[in-house]
Amino acid sequence: MADFQTPEFREYPAVPNTLIPNATAHLSPFVAKPEHQEQLGFPGELVDNWEEKAIDKMGDLLGKYRSLRVYLDSCVKCGSCTDKCHYFQGTSDPKNMPVARQDLMRSVYRRYFTFAGKTLSKFGLGGIVGAREMNREVLDEWYSYFHQCSQCRRCSVFCPYGIDTAEISMAAREIMDHVGLGQKYCNEILGKLQKVGNNLGLPEPALKATLAEYGEEIEDDTGLPVRLPLDVKGADILLITPSADFFAEPHIDGLMGYAKVFHEAGVSWTLSSYASEAANFSMFIGSYSNMKICAERIRDAAIELGVKRIIVGECGHAWRVAYSFWNTVAGIGSGADENDVYAQKLQKQLDHSFKQPTHICEFTYDLIQKGKLRFNKAENDHRTVTFHDSCNVARGSRMGDWAGGQFDIPRAVIKACCNNYVDMDPDSIKEKTYCCGGGGGLLTDDLMEIRVKGALPRMEALKDVSDNKGVNTLAAICAICKAQFAKVLPYYNFPMSMLVSTHQLVGEALVMTGSEQEKELMEEEAEASEED
Amino acid sequence: MATMTVNGKDYEVDEEGYLIDLSQWNREVGEELAKSEKVDMTESHWEVIDFLREYYDEYQIAPAVRVLTKAIGKKLGKEKGNSKYLYELFPYGPAKQACKIAGLPKPTGCI
Repeated sequence: MADFQTPEFREYPAVPNTLIPNATAHLSPFVAKPEHQEQLGFPGELVDNWEEKAIDKMGDLLGKYRSLRVYLDSCVKCGSCTDKCHYFQGTSDPKNMPVARQDLMRSVYRRYFTFAGKTLSKFGLGGIVGAREMNREVLDEWYSYFHQCSQCRRCSVFCPYGIDTAEISMAAREIMDHVGLGQKYCNEILGKLQKVGNNLGLPEPALKATLAEYGEEIEDDTGLPVRLPLDVKGADILLITPSADFFAEPHIDGLMGYAKVFHEAGVSWTLSSYASEAANFSMFIGSYSNMKICAERIRDAAIELGVKRIIVGECGHAWRVAYSFWNTVAGIGSGADENDVYAQKLQKQLDHSFKQPTHICEFTYDLIQKGKLRFNKAENDHRTVTFHDSCNVARGSRMGDWAGGQFDIPRAVIKACCNNYVDMDPDSIKEKTYCCGGGGGLLTDDLMEIRVKGALPRMEALKDVSDNKGVNTLAAICAICKAQFAKVLPYYNFPMSMLVSTHQLVGEALVMTGSEQEKELMEEEAEASEED
Repeated sequence: MATMTVNGKDYEVDEEGYLIDLSQWNREVGEELAKSEKVDMTESHWEVIDFLREYYDEYQIAPAVRVLTKAIGKKLGKEKGNSKYLYELFPYGPAKQACKIAGLPKPTGCI
């Protein structure tokens, strides 16, 4: 791993006042191997006439996605976006300004798809209108800098034209995949998902044994036979959660929190070994066809198990995929294609008196509103909690049925089970939230430098509330955010243990009916009333 | 493909130094992999590595962190059954670093 310096905290976080050209030009992730590429329907390696193929693919995407053409046409170089990217703030590399990242593609677009660019380029004057030939140098620059974008869309919030750099970055990766230059991290994982059912490559027997262990752990703690059911036909609810929830910390504690909530609510639920993954990295690589293949596993599992409701665990981009794409790619929700038999079937099977799909935070929030969950908030009194809004939840989806529900609901859930809650700087939360630094397919060890540097703005906002408001706990609702923070917190001298899953806080304070915790609480209350 | 040489024999490793063919693994290879990770192997390290390899044999995947800590706790005593202990042994994270030394494939995903 390359040596690099963790950025210093700035006294007044602001625009980097010294630009460092090509500061992170050396960063580019491992290239996917032929087997990773081919399993997703892409060429194994860079094809011979890749320049031509890349331009053809760009033309194809421009025809399919009107938005892409509008984004490439409409930038007026106003500069609003320049300092809004966490990677720019952390690296001072001008190519990490969102406008510069867009220009990597815009320059090629101008050369091959605009009248001025095509004409002037004949005389070698394309540069006048910012047009560039597609060549190896450009491709390498794409590969490097389109993998220094986490597709978090913070810049688009500040763009007066609403230009979405994420969509440009997704299109660029789709083009690169189509000429045989894919990223190992995303593509290897997508292959595992399509073969085994999850990003980890966790096979059914291992998943079953793992879930049994967690059930035992909850039983040891509560005295209640809480289970994490797998492949139960006829269950009402299918939980689709990131496979990191089965494997990593603090994700696991979130999973056990969901299990406790389901148990307390008295609902029948199940996980699926065939569809044991909420994540769908197809979005990161802009591949609609792969997104559909991954989502269809969930549809098949839902039909096979006969469930009435689909609930999604704590995962940022998965919730965007679920909320914004599942309906059309797989028929989960409404809007299934008339000719798509299975999508139609599932749509009829699901109970539409519930939101389809439902986020786990919505499910818990609803129970809290109905007074069905009892919390002993004192269990979390050693914590002062702040919440990190995940970019894809904040800017790519919604919870509840009101504007901003995706901000209010997780906070309401946390406040229901914690007495001490503080928000970070308003410029760093809700729709202006900063990416954790590891989103969009960047959560890989070979990109550790950009991950650490890109975490700077979030770490600064955390430092502020940690120093001034006593915050000692950072709650997240995304598997990527959790894994990223677990790695980068120590670089900024925070303890890894300050990181929690949102449903971990829920699980710790939940007083389940008939549990050891309930008995203790009743004894304490009885003692207190005797003293009175 | 990169290779790693141990006792005059070449072993294929991937770009991050993970052993390609896990059946080729032996203690000497493990020692060499540990050196590349700057981990000084002690008997405590080998206890974890042995458990990882046993688990992998049974399930074709590395255990979840919690499963690992619980198993270590059961086998070696409660004071060792926590992730702090494992991080002391394998500072870059028990999942990835210990798997590498054990010759197992790198766990992938949001972890």
